[in-house]
Amino acid sequence: MSGKAPEAESAGAGTAVRAGLRLWAALGLLLVLALLCALPFLVSSYRTFQFTMALVYAIVLLGLNILTGYNGQISLGHGAFFAVGAYVAAVLMDRFGVPYWATIPASGLVCLVFGYLFGLPALRLQGHYLALATFALAVAMPQLLKYKAIEEWTGGVQGIVILKPDPPAGLPFNQDQWLYLLTLAIAVIMFALAWNLVHSRVGRALMAIRDHPVAAEAMGVNSAWYKSAAFGISALYTGVGGALGAIVVQFVAPDSFTAGLSINFLVGVVIGGLASISGAIWGALFIQFVPNIADQISKAAPWAIYGIFLIAFAYAMPTGVAGFLRLLWRRIARRG
Amino acid sequence: MEAFLHQVLSGLATGGIYASLALALVMIYQSTHHINFAQGEMAMFSTYLAWTMIAAGMSWWLAFVATVLASFVIGLLIERFLIRPVENAPVLTVVIVFIGLLVILNSVAGWIYSYTIKSFPSPFPAEPVLGGLMSAHELGAIGVTLVVLVLLYVFFQFTPLGLAMRATAQNPVSSRLVGIRVGWMLALGWGLAAAIGAVAGMMIAPVVYLDPNMMSGVLLYAFAAALLGGIDSPVGAVIGGFIVGVLENVMGAFVIGTELKLTIALIVIIAVLLVRPSGLFGRVIVSRV
Repeated sequence: MSGKAPEAESAGAGTAVRAGLRLWAALGLLLVLALLCALPFLVSSYRTFQFTMALVYAIVLLGLNILTGYNGQISLGHGAFFAVGAYVAAVLMDRFGVPYWATIPASGLVCLVFGYLFGLPALRLQGHYLALATFALAVAMPQLLKYKAIEEWTGGVQGIVILKPDPPAGLPFNQDQWLYLLTLAIAVIMFALAWNLVHSRVGRALMAIRDHPVAAEAMGVNSAWYKSAAFGISALYTGVGGALGAIVVQFVAPDSFTAGLSINFLVGVVIGGLASISGAIWGALFIQFVPNIADQISKAAPWAIYGIFLIAFAYAMPTGVAGFLRLLWRRIARRG
Repeated sequence: MEAFLHQVLSGLATGGIYASLALALVMIYQSTHHINFAQGEMAMFSTYLAWTMIAAGMSWWLAFVATVLASFVIGLLIERFLIRPVENAPVLTVVIVFIGLLVILNSVAGWIYSYTIKSFPSPFPAEPVLGGLMSAHELGAIGVTLVVLVLLYVFFQFTPLGLAMRATAQNPVSSRLVGIRVGWMLALGWGLAAAIGAVAGMMIAPVVYLDPNMMSGVLLYAFAAALLGGIDSPVGAVIGGFIVGVLENVMGAFVIGTELKLTIALIVIIAVLLVRPSGLFGRVIVSRV
């Protein structure tokens, strides 16, 4: 009895420390959110646009992370889902006069179905073979968008120009600030949903399939259903991102959705941190801003500098920025 | 009929080049289980080296030999200095290093040699052969591919070093126990892959011309070829390369026109993979539970 007491006491102290840390984490999150809301009023229009794009990428990377990070299916084809989302939004607005806000859920739904259907044959493929199949989708997408038979809607090589939406009457924002805040609101909702998803039964099932497919099946997880559902949900996130991206850039054209975009998304997920919700933000900041930084360092060979950044990140943080921060956090928590 | 035969033969010629690059991919995959995304850019860089030597007045075949040797050394160094530090990192992190290498090589080549398209000479005469069905370059490219294949086969089957490399690929731990220097074998594998890639680059450059992005399409076909044949089978990679080359040409010429030929070729390949998920000649992995 007396031998047990100190142990229990130290465990109690441990939970107290952990609860304290959790409080700090919640406060920190609120502070970050407040800063994010204030951001468009502190920086120039162009910077606001860049941050809006970073938020768009964050939504996409979150979706890709559900598939690649949590479910272990490598996709090099998310640029294609992004393109589909963008085109659905653009065509709806341009040809059918649908208001811009209504196109976002529509794009998400179309991509959900598209992703789920693509996920069905992909069930048979694993690892590199799946990577090739998805990459083929990404490579084929620009050619398909240029295809003559659908030119009436897609505008062929020329693409579609979209008008920048005005903020709702009575709100004291300019167009860029409004778009930023709208994107931020959607991103916050999507992040909350994703957080709940991966911390639920479904999330555990996805991770079980990634870590040990046979054991997961034995426990009664319907692996085929979960895997194609993961594809669908992941595509939904990417489609929402695509629609927002189209509205923010005000333009879609087949050649903005090359295979390079898909590779960039994978880079973002890995640099940000696989199987981590916050990783999507770090990854998005990386793919949005590091090319600019590289361009400032060397005008002659900016991509060489970008490549050096990539390799340096891979060396210094093999588990991504989020993994690195988690390690740091754990060390602080242990000391505290 | 003659037009069809012509398309098949020229498909075989490009297929030979895809086969070489696919073989380079398989070499690296077999020893390290990584797919080298930078393989195409390494080949492109080697081809620029050859161009520099030829422009400086060297004869074609001398430049060829020098480029292959230089590429071998560069491949070796890349493995030693860039890939070795991430040996034990997660697979996708290694992929990021490959992508980094890809953009660096692409950008540096554009910086040194500019992005303007250059023509690259062919060592073979310009007149057509086989009664006008093929150009001499196409026949030569097939010949060079086959020579490379035979050399590799002899090297791996009949030399002690080849045996050591095969052993390393199959079982690194046991290989180390019998005294093989596993690390160096991996580096050698990279060197060989870079050298094979250089040959592929010099064979395709007269056809697609020389520019820093020349390899993006070729690499995709090489991936497809390697996976179609089975990523762990060198023979499969070569056959896959020829199949992809012929398929691409015939489809483009007769079925859907050139604008969608890439798409269709990929769809066919994926359809094959759906039926045979480990490729045509790949080892089917059966795991015990």
